[in-house]
Amino acid sequence: MSHAHHDSAPSLHVHPKDPAKIRKVWMTAGILAFLTAIEFVCAFKLDRGPFLTSIFVFLTFVKTFYIVGEFMHLKYERKMLIWSIVLPVMFIIWLILALLMEGGYIFVERASVNI
Amino acid sequence: MATAAIDNNDKNLWAGGVEPMKVSYGKLMMWFFLLSDALSFSGLLITYGLIRFSHHAYSGLVGDFIFSDQYWPLPEKVFTHIPFTHTPFPLVFVGIMTFILIMSSVTMVLAVEAGHRNDKQDVQKWMLWTILGGMAFIGCQAWEWTIFIIGSEEGRMLYDGSIMHGANLKANEYGPVPFADLFFFITGFHGTHVTSGIIINIFVFYNTAVGTYEKVGHYEMVEKVGLYWHFVDLVWVFVFTFFYLV
Repeated sequence: MSHAHHDSAPSLHVHPKDPAKIRKVWMTAGILAFLTAIEFVCAFKLDRGPFLTSIFVFLTFVKTFYIVGEFMHLKYERKMLIWSIVLPVMFIIWLILALLMEGGYIFVERASVNI
Repeated sequence: MATAAIDNNDKNLWAGGVEPMKVSYGKLMMWFFLLSDALSFSGLLITYGLIRFSHHAYSGLVGDFIFSDQYWPLPEKVFTHIPFTHTPFPLVFVGIMTFILIMSSVTMVLAVEAGHRNDKQDVQKWMLWTILGGMAFIGCQAWEWTIFIIGSEEGRMLYDGSIMHGANLKANEYGPVPFADLFFFITGFHGTHVTSGIIINIFVFYNTAVGTYEKVGHYEMVEKVGLYWHFVDLVWVFVFTFFYLV
């Protein structure tokens, strides 16, 4: 696209609004707010434990999907771009497992030292 | 313009001169920066997990909870303050902050959308709302830090017999020392990101207002700063879940 560089009269054509697009943005925001509200209610209504934690993790990932997919538009990008962003994140999953297990091990070690 | 040529000519896709991923250099680099930033934030949040797992969990009833060095505090018992009242409202303020940041993400999407339509007026309007949302969030965070640092009136007695009110990096009334350290580091690192986001947003707003992007012919800079802003929102979603809720 070649645009003329007129300092005096910059004239970009302004396109009309697309109501469907804007409605989708507000829908996504509504979903995000709703999921956050569910998390909030669960935090007080359910007992702490693996079940509650997995609800939190699940809902957080759903929210991630909407923010990255819709707001950041990654869903509609080239597959190559999607994978070059998503695949490296796999390393994080390894780090979570490794360090949480390490944390549990430190806990056991400390407990045995204190006895 | 050259898109049809790219699709038909796969062999030359990586030979230069075209954009194989159909995004500009700037947007691609923003994505890779955000990926590296995601790794930094993961490092912080996973450290929180590691340190929390290495401490005792509170096993009693939620109603009986008191602050102690012996176990990790329940976040809903630490973050109970909202402005103008001393009645505890657990996590409500954090919920409001989350809502503010989600809303500022929405206004940012609308700014990007307006940019696609070359609508200068709308870009300005939504960028301004986004900046205001970011400032509101940072204001809330400053207030929360203040409350956290000042602490309660009664405080908690430490092992050396002194009474500790609130928190610093060496001691805190809420629980084990690393709890406050992680609070400062994680929310602080995120707050730094929001602050720099606001500054960049102000630059983009200024450039929109003086017509820089109109001269350039597109509003891609709004998209790039939009990616950054949504990422900051995303990080807060994770901080909200893994620091405040779990």
